[in-house]
Amino acid sequence: MAIHASELNTAAVEVDGISKRFGEAGRPNRLMPWRKLKKPKLALEQVSLHVETGRITGILGANGSGKSTLIRILATLLTPDQGTASVFGYDVVSQPDDVRRHINRVSVEASFFKEMSPWENMLYAARLYGSGGEGTRDRVEAMLERLGLPLDTLDKPMKQLSRGQQQKVAIARSFLTSPSLLLMDEPTTGLDPRSKREVQELVRSIRRDRAATVLLCTHDLQEAEVLCDRVVVIDQGRVLAEGTPAELIRAHAGKTDGSLEDAFMQLTGKRLEEDEEEKEE
Amino acid sequence: MTGNMLRWELNAFVGFIERQKNLYRRYWAWEGVWLLYNLVSVLSIGYLAAGLSTLGLEQGQANLHQTQLYLLVGALLWTYLSLVFFEIAFAITWERWEGTIEYTFMAPIKRLTHLLGVSAASLLYGIARTAIIGVGVVLLFRIDLSHANWLTALAIFAAATLPLLGLGIFTSILPLLSPEKGEQMAFAVQGVLLLISGVYYPISVLPGPLHLAGILSPLTYTLDGVREALLHGLSLAGALPDVAILLVMGIVLVPASVWCFGRAEERAKRLGLLKRSG
Ligand SMILES: Nc1ncnc2c1ncn2[C@@H]1O[C@H](COP(=O)(O)OP(=O)(O)OP(=O)(O)O)[C@@H](O)[C@H]1O
Ligand SMILES: [Mg+2]
Repeated sequence: MAIHASELNTAAVEVDGISKRFGEAGRPNRLMPWRKLKKPKLALEQVSLHVETGRITGILGANGSGKSTLIRILATLLTPDQGTASVFGYDVVSQPDDVRRHINRVSVEASFFKEMSPWENMLYAARLYGSGGEGTRDRVEAMLERLGLPLDTLDKPMKQLSRGQQQKVAIARSFLTSPSLLLMDEPTTGLDPRSKREVQELVRSIRRDRAATVLLCTHDLQEAEVLCDRVVVIDQGRVLAEGTPAELIRAHAGKTDGSLEDAFMQLTGKRLEEDEEEKEE
Repeated sequence: MTGNMLRWELNAFVGFIERQKNLYRRYWAWEGVWLLYNLVSVLSIGYLAAGLSTLGLEQGQANLHQTQLYLLVGALLWTYLSLVFFEIAFAITWERWEGTIEYTFMAPIKRLTHLLGVSAASLLYGIARTAIIGVGVVLLFRIDLSHANWLTALAIFAAATLPLLGLGIFTSILPLLSPEKGEQMAFAVQGVLLLISGVYYPISVLPGPLHLAGILSPLTYTLDGVREALLHGLSLAGALPDVAILLVMGIVLVPASVWCFGRAEERAKRLGLLKRSG
């Protein structure tokens, strides 16, 4: 759904002091008191974030650092323990319906009805977002063609597609609903180099054409470097640094011709050399 | 609700029915197996009745025929009720298996639309499948429905829809509460309903607490009413109490179940139970 002019001036995403723990602490199970208390897992701690409309913002962090948790909170799929988060001014907890109208999400795993065909899955998605009538098929075909998916796969069961092909359908699904905020959780993981480029080009084009805002979690630091206007590095649920890729490189790479990868390694405290030394021992 | 919003929700409602239709079509081999399973279950109940005379239960032919009719109508109705119940109760479990649950929950639609869409598809599906089995029964057994009051049967059948949806939605909450054990619980609920609702016997034969549970089960009134209508021509006026009870139960159960679903969804979002990986 297109954003209103009034929404153009508000931040796309405003996260303020969000914390999230999994596994409730200190609450013994009243029905089964013999059960051991699990230690709560801190996934996010006091995370604040401000994303301007029309920007591509990268979220970088090691496995388990809380990236997907943050994305899920913004997608109204998880409720934060503390803090507030809003999307185009709508609170994710108290106004989930308004938030949902403006967002879509791609996750690492494709998440489809596996016996149904890509087309049937896309049609279902379109219906949930207020379309699905005439012209939907054409739009789906155009989108998939652009991503380089052979059109003869469109009516085969999803399970017959390769992982990368399924991922392309997932990406197409998220673009189909024209979200103003696109939450992409490792969208290009498992794609071949050419397809990766296609996806990156598509992401650029929706920002250009529709002023869409993109939040992109990725482990591909080169992708982040070429695609993102800003980058946020998180580690163990905390924001370590944020800025443009160039700023982060300048401040943290430790050398003049450094890359985002150098900066990331520095920031997360694991220098490549150290890792390698350990291996040699 | 404005017209636009209504159209939006209606579009999604159609989407759920369309999705279920596509799923049934794609899982046609399973559908075939389940249909056969349902058919032979009903038939075996029919033959059980036919065999009663050889088990030393000498009775008049007329009586035996009545018993067979009693059991067959029970078996057929139970097929329908348990089918619809299961389809709704497994709506969430199913999406969990497929891994689509987060996408459906993230969609900009009312949860009521989601639940009613799945329910409507389940009802159509249940009716279609039960009709096929019904034809099989009519072909294989000599069924005398000359006394039947079809209008009454239809009225009770229709009134039973609401409480049936309520029960299904209540049960579909279980996998939201416990991802691991919720789906097994649905089978347990179905088993209890079979026991207490007088599918193959009047609930008066049940001991105290079970009898009481039977009185509270909406399926009891459905089975009882439809049976009376088909076997003894119960008039529409005579069926009013049953219809009223079913409607009242439905008017309580449906909103209550949707409300509880909402609470369970909130809890799942707090504890991170919807999905973990990714
Ligand atoms: N639903 C959940 N229930 C319990 N713990 C969870 C849940 N989701 C995430 N966690 C835990 O929270 C932490 C952060 O997980 P998260 O999925 O956000 O990491 P991530 O940065 O996306 O990692 P990756 O790069 O591997 O995708 C992890 O320790 C994880 O085990
Ligand atoms: Mg993740």
